[in-house]
Amino acid sequence: MRCLGLLLVALAFADVGGATAQDAAPPAPPASAERAPTAAGRASAAWLEQQTRTIASQLRCPVCQGLSLQDSPTELAQEMRDVIRTQLAEGRSPDQVKAYFVGRYGEWILLQPEPRSFNLMVYVLPLVMLVGGGAVVLFALRRWTRADGAATETAAVEDQSTVNS
Amino acid sequence: MSRRRALLSGAGAVPIIALLAFGLTRDASLIPSPLPGTPAPPFALAVLHASTAEPIRLADHAGEVVVLNFWASWCLACRSEHEALSTVAERYAGRGVHFYGVLYNDTPENARRWIAEMGGQSYPTLLDPGSLTAIDYGLYGVPETFFIGPDGRVAYKQIGPATEQLLVRQIETLLGTVTGEWQ
Amino acid sequence: MTRIIGQTALVMALVLALAGAVAAVVGVRRRRPELVRSAQAAVWVNFALLSVANLAMVYALVTHDFSISYVAQVGSRSTPLLFTVISLWGALEGSILFWGWVLAAFTAVAVYRSRARLPDVLPYATATLLTIGAFFYLLLIGPADPFEPLWPVPADGPGPNPLLQNHILMAVHPPLLYLGYVGMAVPYAFAVGSLLSGRFDDVWIRATRRWTIVAWTFLTLAIVAGMWWSYEVLGWGGYWAWDPVENASFMPWLTATAFLHSVMVQERREMLRVWNLGLITATFVLTVLGTFLTRSGILSSVHAFTQGAIGYYFLVFIALVLVFSLVLVGGRSGELRSAGRIESMASRETAFLLNNLVLTAFTFTVLLGTLFPLVAEAVRGVKVSVGGPFFNRMTLPLCVTLLFLLGVGPALPWGRPSAALRRRFLVPLAGLLLAVAVAALRGAHQPYALLVFGFGAFAALSNMAEFAGAARARVRAHGEGPARALLRVIAAHRRRYGGYTAHLGVVALAVGIAASSSLRREREATLPAGGILEVAGYGLRLDRLWAEEEPQRFVIGSDVTLLEAGRERGRLEPRLNYYGGRSEPLTTPAVQSRATRDIYVTLMAFENDGSSATLKAVVEPLVAWIWVGGLMIALGAVIALWPGRRRTRRSVGVQRELPLQPAAAPRRRVAEGGAD
Repeated sequence: MRCLGLLLVALAFADVGGATAQDAAPPAPPASAERAPTAAGRASAAWLEQQTRTIASQLRCPVCQGLSLQDSPTELAQEMRDVIRTQLAEGRSPDQVKAYFVGRYGEWILLQPEPRSFNLMVYVLPLVMLVGGGAVVLFALRRWTRADGAATETAAVEDQSTVNS
Repeated sequence: MSRRRALLSGAGAVPIIALLAFGLTRDASLIPSPLPGTPAPPFALAVLHASTAEPIRLADHAGEVVVLNFWASWCLACRSEHEALSTVAERYAGRGVHFYGVLYNDTPENARRWIAEMGGQSYPTLLDPGSLTAIDYGLYGVPETFFIGPDGRVAYKQIGPATEQLLVRQIETLLGTVTGEWQ
Repeated sequence: MTRIIGQTALVMALVLALAGAVAAVVGVRRRRPELVRSAQAAVWVNFALLSVANLAMVYALVTHDFSISYVAQVGSRSTPLLFTVISLWGALEGSILFWGWVLAAFTAVAVYRSRARLPDVLPYATATLLTIGAFFYLLLIGPADPFEPLWPVPADGPGPNPLLQNHILMAVHPPLLYLGYVGMAVPYAFAVGSLLSGRFDDVWIRATRRWTIVAWTFLTLAIVAGMWWSYEVLGWGGYWAWDPVENASFMPWLTATAFLHSVMVQERREMLRVWNLGLITATFVLTVLGTFLTRSGILSSVHAFTQGAIGYYFLVFIALVLVFSLVLVGGRSGELRSAGRIESMASRETAFLLNNLVLTAFTFTVLLGTLFPLVAEAVRGVKVSVGGPFFNRMTLPLCVTLLFLLGVGPALPWGRPSAALRRRFLVPLAGLLLAVAVAALRGAHQPYALLVFGFGAFAALSNMAEFAGAARARVRAHGEGPARALLRVIAAHRRRYGGYTAHLGVVALAVGIAASSSLRREREATLPAGGILEVAGYGLRLDRLWAEEEPQRFVIGSDVTLLEAGRERGRLEPRLNYYGGRSEPLTTPAVQSRATRDIYVTLMAFENDGSSATLKAVVEPLVAWIWVGGLMIALGAVIALWPGRRRTRRSVGVQRELPLQPAAAPRRRVAEGGAD
């Protein structure tokens, strides 16, 4: 049964690892993007759309409540998606595009807080909670399974607890 | 019942309640702008009632005070601040203070009709297709008014309708501080 | 006149609730049964009083009595009757009035049903429920007075919030949510009753468990109805945005789900008593927190009501509830600890413990994420957002783990695993691999989507095997037909198979969410009349635009034909509704729903001369399974709650469900021992 706990912890860490890897290494645009309106050009257009969508889904729509720019049907969100696309086409990196919006709207516009200094708390505490809770469960299970004996013993222990209460 | 345990557990409520109490003192809908104190984003925008095709540039107003009011004909709160803006703009005309309206997500026809209906506007309104300037200024909605000092930095951002008193106070502050200090 | 009737009823309700609460406590402490009975009478009368107050408000709304400020705030002569009636909960004051009625009704039913049992616990529970009620009646008399007079009387009002009248689900979602939220007050009251009286026997736990399932069912339906409403109204093709108010309804659901599982460990093993009391308490506190978040304006949310002084009332209330509960559970925790014993790590007990661990961590993550903007502002003075990307990243591993446990748990026996356990997982594991392979071939490549499909298949097959195994045994033993045998099996063990039905619903829901979010295809384009928007192999032809004036709104609509391989596959009519006094229109997307996919079309913008329009089309696989899953969860709960014949429930049922353990004897002893 210990494998259950391991799976749990592994999944939790795997995710954070995966997500950061994704953020850190965006796929590079094909170098020949501007020259040829061929397969490479189409690939670049698809890349641009994909990147725009990724960034738009990480930024908060200013005129909506909690929706991302990607999900918001409002005109402003549409225009902000155009801004993202234009800036990417001009050769800015996804991080630079996000930094532009943070500069104009503040950290508020990021739908997930940057995992830095104080903000780390919101990422780390759930893991601490999970690992700590897992340790408590494991400890309790160890204790509860150790005294393996006859069923009558259970009744005796139950009696004991009754007297105590 | 163990008194020590009870007290310890009860104390656990304190941080949560303190946090919620703090939250009640804040307005969740007011998001502070990072712009005040930073150089105002430049713009070059066509004029709504244009006689020439020449756009208005922020760079042309170096050393002067610029008041930038984002508005739209569909915005109800914009009606309530219209008179104050027009009055104050007139009062400071020719004293190195320039008022501009910036039309936000609206058609020029609607805007013209609205201005006519409101009895005119004492300063030009600029067109912002694609809301590029609005996004540059980190606009959340209309009306919002930005005060740009002689040093070219954003001095203050007003969210919601501006009053005459507020306009005068901000402008006077900026006129008195040509050295580049901002309030 | 209506005003006087309503206000009088509310004042009387407040006085009676406080008097009744005191009478109940004094009655049980001083052993004066007539006082306890008078408290119960206060409960019945309170229900009648709140019914009168609510009816008075409905009457005022229907007759457009604009001398009452609430009616002037939400009513209008042009609003259709149905929406006029449901605007009872369309704004703050009315929603609290309705809330008070639901609470009075729950209190009456709970006290009535338990009046003959639980003589020690019930008076405290009655007092708790009456005190909670008194708080809401206080709000109704003070800061949220729905009957406040208005002068001069306006001729007409603005009508309810357009979001409220734009879709019929608004007639369903809020009442379900209130039933779910308020319902959690009942198990909490019983928990408080047992803590104060010191009785922790199984009669108490049974009453609590049943009430938790009732409230949990309403909460489940409310959450799913809310998702459906978002999907049908908000125009972005999604159903869950991790909005603070959505989170607020989700957190008590998580803790209540944890309780429904861990309570079984308590019933079997007399373990986890403190933990279970803690979960019930946490659930109630979280419902109050949710109400507070919605009604104080502390966090901006699409669902939030406008803020006012009411926030401070709620703050005091939440503080009292929190301190009282923590002191009570914390103070008793030493006495409740029991030295339990589990035979094997590979047992169902272990699965339940892990289930509780994951659900608790889940709740904590959602709570932290929801409140973190406040923490950041308090500490750093900077506003930050915690939205969808954060919650998805943090909770997806937990969701996958839960699906895994949901497949493993039912297969694990109580106590000791048998040698055949390994074989038991062969079919589910094969299903897991098959589902991942099929999903990958159909274009799913996101690891989490694949994991959800895989473990979803695993869990579904594992739970279905429980039905199949039991039915097969019955076919063999009694020679019944398979369908009849299955129904018999379910009828004989309602709780167990109700639970497994709910499990299947959860799987359907999870797979629907994973498929519709990971395999979603969307496109947006401005089309001339007759133009075709192509998306994921479908074509959407814009036939024409039209406009229509309705009494309460102005509608711009578009006729769109759905094409597949050149053939017409149906018509869609996405619209934009303009309500008076609002600049931005409300979208009414058109949805064609099939078992395998939904096609979701939103009219985004249009040219005034009708020459062209911008359409957004989303093709989402398996969305319908989310709603089906929600209904299956509720169906499972109904099966579990379905009243059995007395005989089965009392004696035979217990023996049949506990074939292995001599648990009955020690349990009774604990019941007696708890009295001193």
